[in-house]
Amino acid sequence: MEPLSFFSQTRVLIVTGKGGTGKTTVCGVMANLAAREGLRALVVQVATASDRLEPETANLSHLFGRDEVLGYDEMALVTGPSGGEVRARALRPDTALVEYLHLHGMRRLSRRLVSTGALDVVATAVPGMPDMLVLGKVKQMERAAAAGSPGAPELIFLDAPAAGHAIRFLQSPHGLLEAASGGPVRSQAQEVVDMLSDPDRCQAVLVTTPEETPVSETVETAQLLEDRAGIKLCAVVVNARLPVLPLPEHLESAALSELAAGAGVTLAPSELESLIVAGKLRLERQGAQAAQVVRLAEELPLPQLELPFCFSADLGPDQLSTLTDALGRSVAGWQPVELP
Amino acid sequence: MTMPPQPADTEGTGSSSPGGPDVVVCVGPGGVGKTTTSAALALQGAKRGRRACVVTIDPARRLADALGTGHLGNEPHLVNPPAGSSGWPGELWAVMLDAQGTFDHLVDRYATSGAQAEAILSNPVYRNISAALSGTQEYMAVEKLYELEESGRWDLIIVDTPPARHALDFMEAPRHLMRLLDNRVFRLLMAPTKVGLRALEVGTQVLLRTVAKVAGGEVVADTVEFFTEFEGMEDGFRARAKRADELLHSRKTEFALVCSPRRDTVEEALYLSAQLAKEGLEATRVVVNRCYPRYAPLSAGAQNRLADGPLAPLVANLEQLELVSAKEEEQLVRVSAALPKAVLYRVPFLAREVAELEALEEVACYLETEEARE
Repeated sequence: MEPLSFFSQTRVLIVTGKGGTGKTTVCGVMANLAAREGLRALVVQVATASDRLEPETANLSHLFGRDEVLGYDEMALVTGPSGGEVRARALRPDTALVEYLHLHGMRRLSRRLVSTGALDVVATAVPGMPDMLVLGKVKQMERAAAAGSPGAPELIFLDAPAAGHAIRFLQSPHGLLEAASGGPVRSQAQEVVDMLSDPDRCQAVLVTTPEETPVSETVETAQLLEDRAGIKLCAVVVNARLPVLPLPEHLESAALSELAAGAGVTLAPSELESLIVAGKLRLERQGAQAAQVVRLAEELPLPQLELPFCFSADLGPDQLSTLTDALGRSVAGWQPVELP
Repeated sequence: MTMPPQPADTEGTGSSSPGGPDVVVCVGPGGVGKTTTSAALALQGAKRGRRACVVTIDPARRLADALGTGHLGNEPHLVNPPAGSSGWPGELWAVMLDAQGTFDHLVDRYATSGAQAEAILSNPVYRNISAALSGTQEYMAVEKLYELEESGRWDLIIVDTPPARHALDFMEAPRHLMRLLDNRVFRLLMAPTKVGLRALEVGTQVLLRTVAKVAGGEVVADTVEFFTEFEGMEDGFRARAKRADELLHSRKTEFALVCSPRRDTVEEALYLSAQLAKEGLEATRVVVNRCYPRYAPLSAGAQNRLADGPLAPLVANLEQLELVSAKEEEQLVRVSAALPKAVLYRVPFLAREVAELEALEEVACYLETEEARE
């Protein structure tokens, strides 16, 4: 599939997965690929009622070589060819509540409500309300995108909470529909549910690593997202897969010494040991990861995209570029990426 | 269900070791193996002859996987050594936190009558607070810890916590509900029982109307009812929360920081450690999980001449893994420098998934050896 067609499937891509699997990285890489295709992409990081935004929100900027912590205002991260760009912002329930009150003619009260800890009151009285307000804001941006409003993004990537919390987050408007009999909250919740359940407007991307526990949890999350939140699943991204090296199956020092001698090299015992131990680890990991990718495909019939493991302890612009290339190839082929 | 052992002490102090059990609270970002580390620390305790219990509040129920016990209930469950193993001299217990069940239990305990407990338990706002209020899960984990500590059945309790972004709530948990109860708006909401809704000051009426407008009138009615019902129970809750808070700050309680050797998780872990410091607490142990091994490098000559022969993939592999471990080393140095007093443990990347007791025993072994500081 052409990347551009991939991105024209919908306007909001909700990216979620188990903690530590690289949701934020995948959001950044996808947005960067979209920008390369000339699209105006916006990454929205959301905090749920109990989240603290710092310091995680600096990770996305870091990927783009910046240090700023994301805030309410949009920040341009990269400008690509033919008008493509990546912008990013963070949304929090308290600011969403203030905006909501402003929009509903309660401007005078809003500051007081927030300063008296009314968010806690509202959250307690109506759980899911803060989350729904954040989703309502996303819906408002999606409407602007649909209308082609000036300055509006064409594609929104929602860096959603980690899997367990994502279900609760995305279920919030459904819960409110049941709880609220009328009024602005109910209509707001209905509009958010309409967006979440319309695949032309919104779909979800699941992120996992090719390891046993993350794969199991991804399969579980996928079912819950469809059943409870009514969201169409678009793809599963297998992140941080070790590139497959054609290593010999049998690693014995005698055979390796002989091969090295053929190239005129005498390997010291410590060198042989290193080659063998490192080779065995890689073979084991490659094998285990391949098995998990197969299991994921069997248990979750979704297109798989793949991003390679980066041999670095940090992800910055270099890794972003490599990963974006890899994602482009993966989208183009819907098949495992071959790396140099 | 097997009943937990009764304390062996004859003094009747209710504690199995002087001053109560040792407590280790594991904090760290998501996805770094915090649950596994918690379980491994408890297993280590059992191997040292202690009666150890691990509490997990992770909603993904990974501890159950790691212990191979399937679903764990809200009561501690004795974990048997794997078949064919020589076992351990102590005991290993595990419990999966059921926040709702724990909260219900507290209400039952502090209610002045069965009718009061029933009224609260069936109030929609109570269901909301116990299921969805931020920090409730953390509060209940602290409550569970306190309950286990108070029982005197264990001499080592390990507590797993939710991922980083929530760990602050964990520290603040015992105070969170108290703060909510102290909130001016709620206090005013409770006032109607005393002075009648009409006597409320104008500002409060406006606030109530706003909440009603945003969330619906029945929500306000339920809230008022909840706080009315809750009256008389606050003192019990408050006193208990205070004791739990004291337990978290006691000298018997240690904090273990868990991370992986990557920039982002190290940053989050150091952020958490700074938050602990604000509480006057410090991490006494740092566990760095999933470290790539360090390898002796090839000589430059060998590397060059083998770069494109039949050994090329093996050479490339060694080079890639060495690069990762060198980058990881920088992160370890950073952690070490930021937390000079903590004991540092390095757990290597294990080839197999830690989903069985044998694998957990392997992890526990790495938690025996302190990493030398350079």
